[in-house]
Amino acid sequence: MTALGGLGPRDQGDLLGSPGRRSRSRRSGQGALRSTAIAFLSTFVFFGFLAWIAVNSPGWPLVQQAFFNGELFANSLPDIAGAFWVNVQLFLIAEVLILVLALVIAVLRSSPGPVLFPIRLLATAYVDVFRALPGVLIIYILGFGIPGLNVNGVPTDPFFYAVVALTLIYSAYVSEVYRAGIDSVHPSQSAAARSLGLSQWQALRYVVLPQAIRRVIPPLLNDFIGLQKDTVLVSYIGVVEIFRQSQITEAAHFNYTPYLATALVFLVVTIPLARFTDWLVARDRRRAAANR
Amino acid sequence: MSGRGSVSGSPFGTGAVALRIDGLRKSFGSLEVLRGIDLQLAEHEVVCLIGASGSGKSTLLRCVNLLEPIDAGRIAVEGEEITASGVDVDRIRRRIGIVFQAFNLFPHMSVLDNVTLAPRRVLKLSRSEADAQALELLGRIGLVDKAREFPDRLSGGQQQRVAIVRAIAMHPDLLLLDEVTSALDPELVAEVLSLVRELAQGGMTMLIATHEMGFARDIASRVCFLDAGRILEEGPPEQIFRAPREERTQRFLQRVMEAGRL
Repeated sequence: MTALGGLGPRDQGDLLGSPGRRSRSRRSGQGALRSTAIAFLSTFVFFGFLAWIAVNSPGWPLVQQAFFNGELFANSLPDIAGAFWVNVQLFLIAEVLILVLALVIAVLRSSPGPVLFPIRLLATAYVDVFRALPGVLIIYILGFGIPGLNVNGVPTDPFFYAVVALTLIYSAYVSEVYRAGIDSVHPSQSAAARSLGLSQWQALRYVVLPQAIRRVIPPLLNDFIGLQKDTVLVSYIGVVEIFRQSQITEAAHFNYTPYLATALVFLVVTIPLARFTDWLVARDRRRAAANR
Repeated sequence: MSGRGSVSGSPFGTGAVALRIDGLRKSFGSLEVLRGIDLQLAEHEVVCLIGASGSGKSTLLRCVNLLEPIDAGRIAVEGEEITASGVDVDRIRRRIGIVFQAFNLFPHMSVLDNVTLAPRRVLKLSRSEADAQALELLGRIGLVDKAREFPDRLSGGQQQRVAIVRAIAMHPDLLLLDEVTSALDPELVAEVLSLVRELAQGGMTMLIATHEMGFARDIASRVCFLDAGRILEEGPPEQIFRAPREERTQRFLQRVMEAGRL
Protein backbone atom coordinates (compact mmCIF):
# COMPACT_ATOMS: atom_id res chain seq x y z
CA MET A 1 0.00 0.00 0.00
CA THR A 2 2.86 2.35 0.69
CA ALA A 3 6.24 2.34 -0.92
CA LEU A 4 7.96 2.15 2.44
CA GLY A 5 5.96 -0.87 3.56
CA GLY A 6 7.69 -3.04 0.99
CA LEU A 7 11.18 -2.24 2.19
CA GLY A 8 13.04 -4.31 4.71
CA PRO A 9 13.47 -2.84 8.18
CA ARG A 10 17.13 -2.35 7.46
CA ASP A 11 16.36 -0.04 4.55
CA GLN A 12 13.48 1.38 6.46
CA GLY A 13 15.87 2.27 9.24
CA ASP A 14 17.95 4.24 6.75
CA LEU A 15 15.02 5.90 5.06
CA LEU A 16 13.21 6.83 8.21
CA GLY A 17 16.40 7.74 9.97
CA SER A 18 15.95 5.42 12.91
CA PRO A 19 19.35 3.89 13.58
CA GLY A 20 18.16 1.87 16.57
CA ARG A 21 15.99 -0.37 14.48
CA ARG A 22 18.67 -0.79 11.89
CA SER A 23 21.31 -2.02 14.26
CA ARG A 24 18.93 -4.47 15.90
CA SER A 25 17.87 -5.97 12.60
CA ARG A 26 21.47 -6.81 11.67
CA ARG A 27 21.39 -9.95 13.76
CA SER A 28 20.68 -12.61 11.18
CA GLY A 29 19.38 -13.04 7.67
CA GLN A 30 16.39 -15.03 8.80
CA GLY A 31 15.51 -12.52 11.53
CA ALA A 32 15.71 -9.68 9.02
CA LEU A 33 13.41 -11.53 6.62
CA ARG A 34 10.91 -12.11 9.38
CA SER A 35 11.03 -8.43 10.43
CA THR A 36 10.45 -7.41 6.83
CA ALA A 37 7.42 -9.65 6.58
CA ILE A 38 5.98 -8.31 9.83
CA ALA A 39 6.58 -4.68 8.80
CA PHE A 40 4.93 -5.30 5.46
CA LEU A 41 1.97 -7.04 6.99
CA SER A 42 1.37 -4.48 9.75
CA THR A 43 1.60 -1.62 7.26
CA PHE A 44 -0.84 -3.36 4.93
CA VAL A 45 -3.30 -4.11 7.74
CA PHE A 46 -3.08 -0.60 9.22
CA PHE A 47 -3.62 1.35 6.01
CA GLY A 48 -6.05 -1.24 4.69
CA PHE A 49 -8.15 -0.70 7.78
CA LEU A 50 -8.12 3.10 7.34
CA ALA A 51 -9.09 2.73 3.68
CA TRP A 52 -11.88 0.32 4.62
CA ILE A 53 -13.31 2.87 7.09
CA ALA A 54 -13.19 5.63 4.46
CA VAL A 55 -14.73 3.56 1.69
CA ASN A 56 -17.54 2.31 3.94
CA SER A 57 -18.40 5.72 5.37
CA PRO A 58 -21.83 7.12 4.44
CA GLY A 59 -20.36 10.07 2.55
CA TRP A 60 -17.89 8.03 0.51
CA PRO A 61 -19.77 8.05 -2.85
CA LEU A 62 -19.90 11.86 -2.78
CA VAL A 63 -16.26 12.24 -1.72
CA GLN A 64 -15.20 9.77 -4.37
CA GLN A 65 -17.03 11.80 -6.99
CA ALA A 66 -15.62 15.13 -5.76
CA PHE A 67 -11.98 14.12 -5.21
CA PHE A 68 -11.26 11.01 -7.24
CA ASN A 69 -12.26 11.81 -10.79
CA GLY A 70 -9.69 9.92 -12.80
CA GLU A 71 -10.38 11.65 -16.07
CA LEU A 72 -10.25 15.15 -14.61
CA PHE A 73 -7.09 14.17 -12.75
CA ALA A 74 -5.39 13.19 -15.99
CA ASN A 75 -6.67 16.27 -17.81
CA SER A 76 -5.77 18.81 -15.14
CA LEU A 77 -2.35 17.42 -14.26
CA PRO A 78 -0.45 19.08 -17.17
CA ASP A 79 -1.85 22.54 -16.34
CA ILE A 80 -1.16 22.07 -12.67
CA ALA A 81 2.34 20.77 -13.18
CA GLY A 82 2.92 23.71 -15.54
CA ALA A 83 1.74 26.19 -12.92
CA PHE A 84 4.07 24.51 -10.43
CA TRP A 85 6.94 25.88 -12.51
CA VAL A 86 5.99 29.28 -11.06
CA ASN A 87 6.38 27.85 -7.54
CA VAL A 88 9.72 26.38 -8.52
CA GLN A 89 10.94 29.76 -9.77
CA LEU A 90 9.61 31.38 -6.60
CA PHE A 91 11.43 29.13 -4.22
CA LEU A 92 14.62 28.88 -6.22
CA ILE A 93 14.99 32.66 -6.41
CA ALA A 94 13.85 33.15 -2.82
CA GLU A 95 16.21 30.43 -1.49
CA VAL A 96 19.26 32.13 -2.96
CA LEU A 97 18.19 35.53 -1.59
CA ILE A 98 17.35 33.99 1.81
CA LEU A 99 20.74 32.27 2.09
CA VAL A 100 22.46 35.63 1.58
CA LEU A 101 20.16 37.94 3.55
CA ALA A 102 19.84 35.56 6.51
CA LEU A 103 23.62 35.19 6.70
CA VAL A 104 24.07 38.96 6.73
CA ILE A 105 21.51 39.30 9.53
CA ALA A 106 23.03 36.46 11.55
CA VAL A 107 26.50 38.00 11.25
CA LEU A 108 25.16 41.43 12.24
CA ARG A 109 23.42 39.95 15.27
CA SER A 110 26.62 38.16 16.31
CA SER A 111 28.75 41.27 15.87
CA PRO A 112 30.57 42.39 19.01
CA GLY A 113 31.19 45.76 20.57
CA PRO A 114 29.04 48.63 21.83
CA VAL A 115 29.46 50.65 18.63
CA LEU A 116 27.44 48.16 16.65
CA PHE A 117 24.60 48.04 19.18
CA PRO A 118 22.11 49.91 16.94
CA ILE A 119 22.78 47.44 14.15
CA ARG A 120 22.25 44.48 16.47
CA LEU A 121 19.06 46.12 17.69
CA LEU A 122 17.78 46.56 14.14
CA ALA A 123 18.64 43.01 13.16
CA THR A 124 16.98 41.66 16.30
CA ALA A 125 13.86 43.75 15.71
CA TYR A 126 13.65 42.49 12.13
CA VAL A 127 13.90 38.85 13.20
CA ASP A 128 11.33 39.34 15.97
CA VAL A 129 8.80 41.13 13.77
CA PHE A 130 8.96 38.79 10.82
CA ARG A 131 8.76 35.70 12.98
CA ALA A 132 5.83 37.14 14.92
CA LEU A 133 3.63 38.01 11.93
CA PRO A 134 1.68 35.35 10.01
CA GLY A 135 3.22 34.91 6.59
CA VAL A 136 -0.05 35.49 4.78
CA LEU A 137 -0.35 38.91 6.41
CA ILE A 138 3.11 39.96 5.26
CA ILE A 139 2.33 38.77 1.73
CA TYR A 140 -0.92 40.77 1.74
CA ILE A 141 0.62 43.94 3.14
CA LEU A 142 3.56 43.92 0.73
CA GLY A 143 1.69 42.63 -2.29
CA PHE A 144 -1.25 45.03 -2.07
CA GLY A 145 0.14 47.84 0.06
CA ILE A 146 3.32 48.85 -1.70
CA PRO A 147 2.01 48.81 -5.30
CA GLY A 148 -1.01 50.69 -3.90
CA LEU A 149 1.24 53.62 -3.05
CA ASN A 150 1.38 54.36 -6.79
CA VAL A 151 4.92 55.61 -6.53
CA ASN A 152 6.67 55.95 -9.86
CA GLY A 153 9.18 53.19 -10.54
CA VAL A 154 7.84 50.85 -7.85
CA PRO A 155 7.19 47.45 -9.42
CA THR A 156 3.62 46.26 -9.73
CA ASP A 157 4.29 42.64 -10.64
CA PRO A 158 2.84 40.40 -7.88
CA PHE A 159 5.58 37.84 -8.56
CA PHE A 160 8.12 40.44 -7.43
CA TYR A 161 6.31 41.00 -4.14
CA ALA A 162 5.86 37.27 -3.70
CA VAL A 163 9.64 36.79 -3.85
CA VAL A 164 10.25 39.77 -1.55
CA ALA A 165 7.69 38.61 1.03
CA LEU A 166 8.91 35.00 1.12
CA THR A 167 12.51 36.18 1.36
CA LEU A 168 11.74 38.51 4.26
CA ILE A 169 9.68 35.90 6.13
CA TYR A 170 12.12 33.03 5.74
CA SER A 171 15.30 35.06 6.23
CA ALA A 172 14.15 35.75 9.78
CA TYR A 173 13.94 32.02 10.51
CA VAL A 174 17.05 31.05 8.58
CA SER A 175 19.14 33.77 10.24
CA GLU A 176 18.36 32.10 13.57
CA VAL A 177 19.55 28.80 12.14
CA TYR A 178 22.80 30.42 11.02
CA ARG A 179 23.20 32.10 14.39
CA ALA A 180 22.83 28.79 16.21
CA GLY A 181 25.55 27.44 13.91
CA ILE A 182 27.86 30.38 14.62
CA ASP A 183 27.31 29.99 18.36
CA SER A 184 28.08 26.27 18.11
CA VAL A 185 31.64 26.87 16.92
CA HIS A 186 33.81 26.88 20.04
CA PRO A 187 35.27 30.30 20.92
CA SER A 188 38.74 28.73 20.96
CA GLN A 189 38.53 28.51 17.16
CA SER A 190 38.04 32.22 16.89
CA ALA A 191 40.78 32.80 19.49
CA ALA A 192 43.20 30.64 17.48
CA ALA A 193 42.43 32.63 14.34
CA ARG A 194 42.73 35.99 16.08
CA SER A 195 45.99 34.94 17.74
CA LEU A 196 47.49 34.47 14.28
CA GLY A 197 46.68 38.07 13.44
CA LEU A 198 43.47 37.49 11.49
CA SER A 199 40.95 40.29 11.90
CA GLN A 200 37.53 39.74 13.43
CA TRP A 201 36.03 39.57 9.96
CA GLN A 202 38.73 37.23 8.61
CA ALA A 203 38.29 34.89 11.58
CA LEU A 204 34.56 34.81 10.87
CA ARG A 205 35.00 34.41 7.14
CA TYR A 206 37.68 31.72 7.08
CA VAL A 207 37.31 29.88 10.38
CA VAL A 208 33.90 30.29 12.03
CA LEU A 209 31.42 30.49 9.16
CA PRO A 210 32.73 27.51 7.15
CA GLN A 211 32.30 25.31 10.24
CA ALA A 212 28.98 26.90 11.24
CA ILE A 213 27.38 26.54 7.81
CA ARG A 214 28.42 22.92 7.47
CA ARG A 215 26.68 22.15 10.75
CA VAL A 216 23.41 23.88 9.89
CA ILE A 217 22.83 22.42 6.42
CA PRO A 218 20.19 19.92 7.66
CA PRO A 219 18.09 22.53 9.54
CA LEU A 220 18.50 24.89 6.57
CA LEU A 221 17.05 22.26 4.25
CA ASN A 222 14.26 21.76 6.75
CA ASP A 223 13.33 25.42 6.48
CA PHE A 224 13.45 25.18 2.70
CA ILE A 225 10.93 22.34 2.79
CA GLY A 226 8.65 24.77 4.62
CA LEU A 227 9.36 27.47 2.07
CA GLN A 228 8.50 25.23 -0.86
CA LYS A 229 5.07 24.59 0.61
CA ASP A 230 4.53 28.20 1.62
CA THR A 231 4.94 29.35 -1.98
CA VAL A 232 1.21 28.60 -2.36
CA LEU A 233 0.45 31.51 0.01
CA VAL A 234 1.36 34.02 -2.68
CA SER A 235 -1.74 32.92 -4.63
CA TYR A 236 -3.54 35.45 -2.40
CA ILE A 237 -1.92 38.40 -4.18
CA GLY A 238 -2.73 37.14 -7.65
CA VAL A 239 0.24 35.03 -8.67
CA VAL A 240 -1.11 32.18 -10.77
CA GLU A 241 0.90 29.36 -9.28
CA ILE A 242 -0.03 25.77 -8.62
CA PHE A 243 -2.67 26.39 -5.96
CA ARG A 244 -4.39 29.22 -7.85
CA GLN A 245 -4.31 27.07 -11.00
CA SER A 246 -5.98 24.19 -9.17
CA GLN A 247 -8.63 26.60 -7.85
CA ILE A 248 -9.28 27.76 -11.40
CA THR A 249 -9.64 24.19 -12.66
CA GLU A 250 -11.79 23.29 -9.67
CA ALA A 251 -14.12 26.22 -10.36
CA ALA A 252 -14.41 25.24 -14.03
CA HIS A 253 -15.48 21.66 -13.26
CA PHE A 254 -17.02 21.96 -9.79
CA ASN A 255 -14.70 19.16 -8.73
CA TYR A 256 -11.90 18.97 -6.15
CA THR A 257 -9.73 16.45 -7.98
CA PRO A 258 -7.24 19.18 -9.06
CA TYR A 259 -6.34 19.68 -5.38
CA LEU A 260 -5.42 16.03 -5.20
CA ALA A 261 -3.19 16.48 -8.22
CA THR A 262 -1.60 19.49 -6.52
CA ALA A 263 -1.03 17.47 -3.37
CA LEU A 264 0.62 14.76 -5.43
CA VAL A 265 3.01 17.26 -7.06
CA PHE A 266 4.09 18.54 -3.63
CA LEU A 267 4.61 15.03 -2.31
CA VAL A 268 6.78 14.15 -5.28
CA VAL A 269 8.96 17.24 -4.83
CA THR A 270 9.08 17.61 -1.06
CA ILE A 271 9.44 14.06 0.22
CA PRO A 272 12.77 13.42 -1.55
CA LEU A 273 14.14 16.62 0.01
CA ALA A 274 12.89 15.53 3.44
CA ARG A 275 14.49 12.10 3.03
CA PHE A 276 17.74 13.73 1.83
CA THR A 277 17.75 16.00 4.88
CA ASP A 278 17.27 13.06 7.24
CA TRP A 279 20.00 11.17 5.45
CA LEU A 280 22.38 14.12 5.91
CA VAL A 281 21.55 14.28 9.62
CA ALA A 282 22.13 10.55 10.02
CA ARG A 283 25.40 10.76 8.09
CA ASP A 284 26.66 13.64 10.23
CA ARG A 285 25.75 11.71 13.37
CA ARG A 286 27.67 8.68 12.12
CA ARG A 287 30.70 10.83 11.28
CA ALA A 288 30.61 12.52 14.65
CA ALA A 289 30.45 9.11 16.32
CA ALA A 290 33.38 7.85 14.23
CA ASN A 291 35.53 10.80 15.27
CA ARG A 292 34.81 10.42 18.92
CA MET B 1 64.47 45.75 15.86
CA SER B 2 67.19 44.89 18.36
CA GLY B 3 68.14 48.53 18.80
CA ARG B 4 64.83 49.39 20.39
CA GLY B 5 64.29 49.05 24.09
CA SER B 6 67.67 47.58 24.96
CA VAL B 7 68.21 47.74 28.66
CA SER B 8 71.42 48.21 30.47
CA GLY B 9 71.76 46.72 33.88
CA SER B 10 69.12 44.08 33.24
CA PRO B 11 69.74 41.18 35.56
CA PHE B 12 68.80 38.75 32.80
CA GLY B 13 71.45 39.04 30.14
CA THR B 14 72.38 41.88 27.91
CA GLY B 15 69.98 41.28 24.98
CA ALA B 16 67.24 43.66 23.98
CA VAL B 17 63.98 43.35 25.87
CA ALA B 18 61.54 41.20 23.90
CA LEU B 19 58.72 41.41 26.41
CA ARG B 20 58.18 43.66 29.37
CA ILE B 21 55.22 43.35 31.71
CA ASP B 22 54.63 45.92 34.45
CA GLY B 23 52.02 45.71 37.18
CA LEU B 24 49.65 43.53 35.16
CA ARG B 25 46.29 42.94 36.82
CA LYS B 26 43.37 40.94 35.54
CA SER B 27 40.08 39.94 37.14
CA PHE B 28 37.24 37.76 36.00
CA GLY B 29 34.26 39.24 37.81
CA SER B 30 35.17 39.39 41.48
CA LEU B 31 38.02 36.89 41.08
CA GLU B 32 41.38 38.58 40.71
CA VAL B 33 43.47 36.13 38.68
CA LEU B 34 46.57 38.26 38.13
CA ARG B 35 47.52 40.53 41.00
CA GLY B 36 50.42 42.61 39.78
CA ILE B 37 52.75 40.72 37.46
CA ASP B 38 56.16 42.19 36.60
CA LEU B 39 58.20 40.23 34.13
CA GLN B 40 60.87 40.84 31.50
CA LEU B 41 62.12 38.60 28.74
CA ALA B 42 65.27 39.34 26.81
CA GLU B 43 65.43 38.34 23.16
CA HIS B 44 66.22 34.62 22.70
CA GLU B 45 65.33 33.97 26.31
CA VAL B 46 63.13 31.04 27.32
CA VAL B 47 61.12 31.60 30.47
CA CYS B 48 58.96 28.89 32.03
CA LEU B 49 55.97 29.66 34.20
CA ILE B 50 55.24 26.99 36.78
CA GLY B 51 52.60 26.84 39.45
CA ALA B 52 49.41 25.10 40.42
CA SER B 53 46.34 25.11 38.20
CA GLY B 54 44.51 28.38 38.73
CA SER B 55 47.66 30.29 39.64
CA GLY B 56 47.21 32.48 36.55
CA LYS B 57 49.71 31.02 34.06
CA SER B 58 47.29 30.67 31.17
CA THR B 59 45.60 33.98 31.86
CA LEU B 60 48.99 35.70 31.80
CA LEU B 61 49.75 34.23 28.37
CA ARG B 62 46.31 35.15 27.03
CA CYS B 63 46.79 38.71 28.27
CA VAL B 64 50.14 38.99 26.51
CA ASN B 65 48.45 37.85 23.29
CA LEU B 66 45.67 40.41 23.90
CA LEU B 67 43.09 37.63 23.90
CA GLU B 68 42.03 38.96 27.32
CA PRO B 69 41.67 42.67 27.99
CA ILE B 70 43.74 43.68 31.02
CA ASP B 71 42.52 45.74 33.99
CA ALA B 72 45.74 47.50 34.93
CA GLY B 73 49.43 47.59 34.06
CA ARG B 74 51.19 47.62 30.76
CA ILE B 75 52.75 45.14 28.36
CA ALA B 76 55.43 46.07 25.83
CA VAL B 77 56.77 43.87 23.04
CA GLU B 78 60.10 44.85 21.49
CA GLY B 79 59.74 48.21 23.20
CA GLU B 80 56.28 48.94 21.82
CA GLU B 81 53.49 49.19 24.33
CA ILE B 82 50.78 46.83 23.09
CA THR B 83 48.25 47.59 25.80
CA ALA B 84 48.08 51.29 24.92
CA SER B 85 44.70 52.44 23.71
CA GLY B 86 44.27 52.67 19.95
CA VAL B 87 46.82 49.97 19.21
CA ASP B 88 45.98 47.76 16.23
CA VAL B 89 45.62 44.42 17.98
CA ASP B 90 45.76 42.42 14.75
CA ARG B 91 49.16 43.89 13.94
CA ILE B 92 50.42 43.06 17.46
CA ARG B 93 49.12 39.49 17.42
CA ARG B 94 50.97 38.87 14.16
CA ARG B 95 54.19 39.29 16.11
CA ILE B 96 53.16 37.12 19.05
CA GLY B 97 52.43 33.47 18.43
CA ILE B 98 50.48 31.36 20.89
CA VAL B 99 50.01 27.61 21.04
CA PHE B 100 47.11 26.30 23.08
CA GLN B 101 46.70 23.26 25.28
CA ALA B 102 43.88 21.93 23.07
CA PHE B 103 45.77 22.60 19.76
CA ASN B 104 42.79 24.51 18.31
CA LEU B 105 43.62 23.50 14.77
CA PHE B 106 40.93 24.42 12.24
CA PRO B 107 39.13 21.11 11.67
CA HIS B 108 37.63 22.07 8.31
CA MET B 109 41.02 22.75 6.72
CA SER B 110 43.89 20.52 5.68
CA VAL B 111 47.10 20.66 7.66
CA LEU B 112 48.64 22.74 4.88
CA ASP B 113 45.76 25.23 4.88
CA ASN B 114 45.94 25.48 8.67
CA VAL B 115 49.56 26.55 8.36
CA THR B 116 49.12 28.85 5.35
CA LEU B 117 45.88 30.63 6.34
CA ALA B 118 47.47 33.46 8.29
CA PRO B 119 50.53 33.93 6.03
CA ARG B 120 48.18 34.22 3.05
CA ARG B 121 45.42 36.33 4.59
CA VAL B 122 47.46 38.45 6.99
CA LEU B 123 50.94 38.66 5.46
CA LYS B 124 49.42 38.53 1.95
CA LEU B 125 51.78 35.86 0.71
CA SER B 126 50.79 34.19 -2.55
CA ARG B 127 49.50 30.64 -2.29
CA SER B 128 52.68 29.23 -3.79
CA GLU B 129 54.93 31.22 -1.45
CA ALA B 130 52.85 30.26 1.57
CA ASP B 131 52.69 26.61 0.52
CA ALA B 132 56.43 26.44 -0.05
CA GLN B 133 57.14 27.89 3.37
CA ALA B 134 54.58 25.65 5.08
CA LEU B 135 55.89 22.51 3.36
CA GLU B 136 59.43 23.42 4.39
CA LEU B 137 58.32 23.81 8.03
CA LEU B 138 56.25 20.61 7.92
CA GLY B 139 59.27 18.86 6.44
CA ARG B 140 61.34 19.91 9.42
CA ILE B 141 58.91 18.22 11.80
CA GLY B 142 58.55 15.19 9.54
CA LEU B 143 54.90 15.79 8.69
CA VAL B 144 55.16 16.82 5.07
CA ASP B 145 53.29 13.67 4.04
CA LYS B 146 50.37 14.79 6.23
CA ALA B 147 50.05 18.16 4.51
CA ARG B 148 46.83 17.21 2.69
CA GLU B 149 45.28 15.40 5.65
CA PHE B 150 42.69 16.93 7.94
CA PRO B 151 43.61 17.44 11.59
CA ASP B 152 41.31 14.68 12.88
CA ARG B 153 43.45 12.13 11.00
CA LEU B 154 46.52 13.09 13.06
CA SER B 155 47.60 11.98 16.51
CA GLY B 156 47.51 14.52 19.32
CA GLY B 157 51.26 14.94 19.20
CA GLN B 158 51.17 15.52 15.45
CA GLN B 159 48.33 18.01 15.83
CA GLN B 160 50.21 19.96 18.47
CA ARG B 161 53.33 20.04 16.31
CA VAL B 162 51.25 21.37 13.43
CA ALA B 163 49.81 23.99 15.78
CA ILE B 164 53.35 25.07 16.69
CA VAL B 165 54.33 25.21 13.03
CA ARG B 166 51.19 27.24 12.31
CA ALA B 167 52.34 29.81 14.86
CA ILE B 168 55.95 29.75 13.62
CA ALA B 169 54.85 30.36 10.03
CA MET B 170 54.06 33.94 11.04
CA HIS B 171 57.69 34.47 12.15
CA PRO B 172 56.67 35.82 15.54
CA ASP B 173 59.03 37.85 17.72
CA LEU B 174 57.70 35.99 20.72
CA LEU B 175 56.09 32.58 21.12
CA LEU B 176 53.73 31.75 23.98
CA LEU B 177 53.13 28.09 24.84
CA ASP B 178 50.16 27.35 27.06
CA GLU B 179 50.61 23.88 28.59
CA VAL B 180 51.11 22.44 25.14
CA THR B 181 51.58 18.88 26.36
CA SER B 182 48.83 18.73 29.00
CA ALA B 183 46.22 17.31 26.63
CA LEU B 184 48.54 14.65 25.20
CA ASP B 185 48.91 10.98 25.97
CA PRO B 186 52.22 10.45 27.81
CA GLU B 187 53.91 8.70 24.88
CA LEU B 188 53.23 11.72 22.64
CA VAL B 189 54.72 14.35 24.95
CA ALA B 190 58.35 13.79 23.93
CA GLU B 191 57.89 14.62 20.24
CA VAL B 192 56.29 17.96 21.09
CA LEU B 193 58.88 18.86 23.72
CA SER B 194 61.75 18.04 21.38
CA LEU B 195 60.27 20.43 18.81
CA VAL B 196 60.09 23.16 21.46
CA ARG B 197 63.72 22.42 22.35
CA GLU B 198 64.72 22.86 18.72
CA LEU B 199 62.95 26.20 18.65
CA ALA B 200 64.79 27.28 21.78
CA GLN B 201 68.11 26.27 20.23
CA GLY B 202 67.13 28.26 17.15
CA GLY B 203 66.89 31.37 19.31
CA MET B 204 63.11 31.72 19.57
CA THR B 205 62.03 33.90 22.47
CA MET B 206 59.47 31.90 24.41
CA LEU B 207 57.24 32.23 27.44
CA ILE B 208 56.09 28.76 28.41
CA ALA B 209 53.43 27.73 30.91
CA THR B 210 54.10 24.12 31.75
CA HIS B 211 53.58 21.27 34.20
CA GLU B 212 56.58 19.40 32.79
CA MET B 213 59.16 20.24 35.44
CA GLY B 214 61.95 18.18 33.94
CA PHE B 215 61.44 19.95 30.65
CA ALA B 216 61.36 23.37 32.35
CA ARG B 217 64.61 22.57 34.12
CA ASP B 218 66.27 21.61 30.82
CA ILE B 219 65.03 24.34 28.59
CA ALA B 220 64.42 27.44 30.68
CA SER B 221 66.89 30.23 31.11
CA ARG B 222 64.64 31.33 33.95
CA VAL B 223 61.75 29.82 35.85
CA CYS B 224 58.94 31.83 37.45
CA PHE B 225 56.78 30.29 40.14
CA LEU B 226 53.29 31.75 40.05
CA ASP B 227 51.14 31.62 43.13
CA ALA B 228 47.69 33.17 43.41
CA GLY B 229 48.26 35.67 40.63
CA ARG B 230 51.74 36.79 41.60
CA ILE B 231 55.24 35.77 40.61
CA LEU B 232 56.33 34.58 44.01
CA GLU B 233 59.81 33.50 43.04
CA GLU B 234 61.94 33.57 39.93
CA GLY B 235 65.43 32.54 39.09
CA PRO B 236 67.57 30.14 37.09
CA PRO B 237 66.09 26.63 37.00
CA GLU B 238 68.86 25.05 39.08
CA GLN B 239 68.13 27.48 41.90
CA ILE B 240 64.32 27.19 41.71
CA PHE B 241 64.32 23.40 41.53
CA ARG B 242 67.23 22.68 43.90
CA ALA B 243 67.03 25.49 46.40
CA PRO B 244 63.71 27.28 46.31
CA ARG B 245 63.66 30.18 48.71
CA GLU B 246 59.93 30.48 49.25
CA GLU B 247 58.04 28.00 51.35
CA ARG B 248 55.16 27.87 48.88
CA THR B 249 57.54 27.03 46.05
CA GLN B 250 59.00 24.24 48.15
CA ARG B 251 55.55 22.86 48.94
CA PHE B 252 54.52 23.02 45.27
CA LEU B 253 57.66 21.23 44.11
CA GLN B 254 57.25 18.69 46.88
CA ARG B 255 53.75 17.88 45.63
CA VAL B 256 54.98 17.67 42.05
CA MET B 257 57.74 15.30 43.08
CA GLU B 258 55.30 13.11 44.99
CA ALA B 259 53.23 12.91 41.82
CA GLY B 260 56.32 11.65 40.00
CA ARG B 261 56.53 14.57 37.61
CA LEU B 262 60.07 15.66 38.52
